[in-house]
Amino acid sequence: MTFWHILLGRLTWTSIAFVRTWRDPTISGIIGGGAAAVAVGGAVVVLALLTYLRAWRYLWTEWMTSLDHKKIGIMYMVVAGVMLTRALIEAVVMRTQQAIAINNQGIVAPAHFAELFTTHGTIMIFFVGMPLLIGLMNYVMPLQIGARDVAFPYMNSISLWLTIGGGIMLMASLVIGKFSTGGWSGYPPYTELAFNGGVGPDYWIWSVSLSSLGALMTGINFAVTVYKLRAPGMTWMRLPLFTWTTLCTSILMIFAVPPLTIATLLLAADRYLGMHFFTNDLGGNMMNFVNLFWLFGHPEVYILILPPFGVYSEVVSAYSSKELYGYTSLVIATMAIAILSFTVWLHHFFTMGQSAPINAFFGIATMLIGIPTGVKIYDWIWTMFWGEVRLNTAMLFSIGFMVTFVIGGMSGIILATPPVDYMVHNTLFLIAHFHNMLIPGMLFGVIAGYYYWFPKAFGFRLSETWGRRAFYCWFFGFYLAFMPLYVMGLGGVARRSQELFDPALRPWTLIAEFGALLLLTGLACIFIQLYVSIRERHSTRVPVGDPWDARGLEWSMSAPPPEYNFATIPQVSRRDAFYWRKKYDGAYQPADHYRDIELPKNSMCGILVGMGLTACFFGFVWHIWWLAFLGFAIALGTAITRSFMRDVKRIIPAEEVAAHDRRWLDRAAAARPISRHLELTPENEGLAKWQG
Amino acid sequence: MAGVSQPELRHVGLNLTDEPREVREQVESDVFGFWVFLMSDAVMFACLFAVYATVRHATAGGPTAAQEFKFHSAFWETALLLTSSFAYGMVSISMKHTRGRLWIAVFMVLTFCLGAGFLKMETHDFITMFHDGATPERSGFFSCVFVLVGMHGFHVFSGMMWMIVMGLQLAIYGPDQRTKINLIRLGLFWHFLDVIWVVIFTVVYLQGLIR
Repeated sequence: MTFWHILLGRLTWTSIAFVRTWRDPTISGIIGGGAAAVAVGGAVVVLALLTYLRAWRYLWTEWMTSLDHKKIGIMYMVVAGVMLTRALIEAVVMRTQQAIAINNQGIVAPAHFAELFTTHGTIMIFFVGMPLLIGLMNYVMPLQIGARDVAFPYMNSISLWLTIGGGIMLMASLVIGKFSTGGWSGYPPYTELAFNGGVGPDYWIWSVSLSSLGALMTGINFAVTVYKLRAPGMTWMRLPLFTWTTLCTSILMIFAVPPLTIATLLLAADRYLGMHFFTNDLGGNMMNFVNLFWLFGHPEVYILILPPFGVYSEVVSAYSSKELYGYTSLVIATMAIAILSFTVWLHHFFTMGQSAPINAFFGIATMLIGIPTGVKIYDWIWTMFWGEVRLNTAMLFSIGFMVTFVIGGMSGIILATPPVDYMVHNTLFLIAHFHNMLIPGMLFGVIAGYYYWFPKAFGFRLSETWGRRAFYCWFFGFYLAFMPLYVMGLGGVARRSQELFDPALRPWTLIAEFGALLLLTGLACIFIQLYVSIRERHSTRVPVGDPWDARGLEWSMSAPPPEYNFATIPQVSRRDAFYWRKKYDGAYQPADHYRDIELPKNSMCGILVGMGLTACFFGFVWHIWWLAFLGFAIALGTAITRSFMRDVKRIIPAEEVAAHDRRWLDRAAAARPISRHLELTPENEGLAKWQG
Repeated sequence: MAGVSQPELRHVGLNLTDEPREVREQVESDVFGFWVFLMSDAVMFACLFAVYATVRHATAGGPTAAQEFKFHSAFWETALLLTSSFAYGMVSISMKHTRGRLWIAVFMVLTFCLGAGFLKMETHDFITMFHDGATPERSGFFSCVFVLVGMHGFHVFSGMMWMIVMGLQLAIYGPDQRTKINLIRLGLFWHFLDVIWVVIFTVVYLQGLIR
């Protein structure tokens, strides 16, 4: 035990990516070093820019320490955007590798390729999908139910910072050490010490743990918010569909995340304490890991898919100017999916030794999920029927989703048949299938929701031109990238292959490569759209707050909303409360009297707890025990200290609320109501003309 | 059970009947949130029990459950933990009848001591097992015994640390609203650990001792 060993643990000179590249300047090494350089350079540029703009104080007081659910939601989405960029670039590198490496080594070495598919999967699930949706839910759900914030704003901040901590660990793994090569599911015994002594699996264990802790707290937070903080009269069957899906997702998080925590914890026990949960010897049983992991993993799929279903329900209804068709059936279908999602986990490993009757049971349960999902698709189609449908960006993404998702569902039914699964199991067919569910299902939904609620959050609309360009790239890019994978998968090409051996595959891999580049262009379009929209914001402002003539409570306040959301807590008497208020001239009316509003004060406790635990887990990865202890002490100390604080609320006086509300009402009175076909023009100030 | 929904019977110990509606609602969601947390904690233990069920015979030629578990110590541990729960019940009752901080403190110290006794016995069991070579590294079975029972023990330990924090808050602030809410939550936590222990006693110890 030298001094350096105590100080730095397993960290050595050669752990640093640049040193590795220097010593091994192959193409693969240079790609790895380049990625590390981008990570470091990006961080340096951002930090320098913030310092140059003197934005630190603003960032600290207005954002990082904020407990406002709206700001926390936006921060979630920003983080997810950064991670999405990285993971999509990794996808392009992998496609390029498969396009080149037919009977040759290609551009990345086998271990590097394995790292790429592991980080791609881990990031896309835990640090893109979850944060994007948690961000949307954070922003929208309290507004939809007439609440001033979530039930536990301080815990919300901790969840955010835990998720960010996980993201930081993944970024750090680019520069220091290597990430796991065991895939996003991290199956032992491959990830056990016997086969994987390095820091890779430890990075995976601890970054996923951070994300799962954050997700668990978010689940508790959102579920309690929906159960307890609904406005008076907001009964269950009056909840907007997005709130319903938020509730179901939260319930799934509460029940499904603990198995993941246990799986990673037990794997850590094996790796750190020499136990035998999943080892090959002394009574270990890796099937326990597989069961625990998918006991989480399958509900996770619905954690990712249900909120977008909620988004589509809102978007399709708003842009068709119609009441959502089959509301009750949609609610029942959502709940049915949530419950069924716990009965199908075994279909992820049909080939791993169960008896045929057990496989049959889980195969049938899997197919059953097609029924409620089908109900939903029909409901959305009927909602559009005879509606005044406006084919803007959000609707294009929604319709693109409906068409594409059904294809993915079909291939899912194929995979749910155990004998067929034996044929295509572990091939690119499976990869094509779940990307076919997650890209249209999850990502298209997030983009549609982003377009739909963006004006509410920032007070101006997003560029339609660039939105359409993004849609064409994403839509056709998806087909080009993944349809060839179905073909190759049926031909028996194994997933996660670093090198291919049949020259006949070349055309397919090239098409897929082109598709992947198109998807990357789609992401670029999204960023350009943001840039262009900010530049053009003066002609797209919608301060009154209802740019789409929409129906839910979230449209009943200014855009952006005041920090307390509602000047007075609304009274709800029907579904689509704001629509009925507009109909009976109840909208844009001052309240009888305003009251003082109590809001949580900003707090740096969330960031301290989150970063403390991140430091602790980072210490675990590198066996830097003093850092682990210090980080844990900071997190625990902060949590305890916070419990002693009594002065954690601040009051916004009634006069201030009234004055703000009056200013907004004056603005609304001065605005010109516009009809729906003008909603994409500069005339749209966020006040909709009543058209029934 | 019509009576349960009567306001004066809600959140026994918080005496909220005369508080404004906002306060009662706030307290309601605070306590409900903790119930939800306990539910997810229960799922965590359920997963561990499921793993335990599959590795019951995975002793890999090493010591077995019947050789290592001691009925007497399991029995007395149970007695200590259940009594500590009773003592914590007295904390809640003292709070309800506003007996002042002295009684709350007395019963909390009692709870703490009983919990410490439980932990001491459990640690002693573990050390004996280590001496017999029944270590977590020996077999999948003992890995699981130590993690499952140890996880419960860790919860008990956390509960006791929480009691120290609550004792300090009682000393500083007295039973104000936030202290009371946290005492209610701590109570839920402590009783929850009893429930888990009863399952551990049955599934791990009693089942393990059947020869």
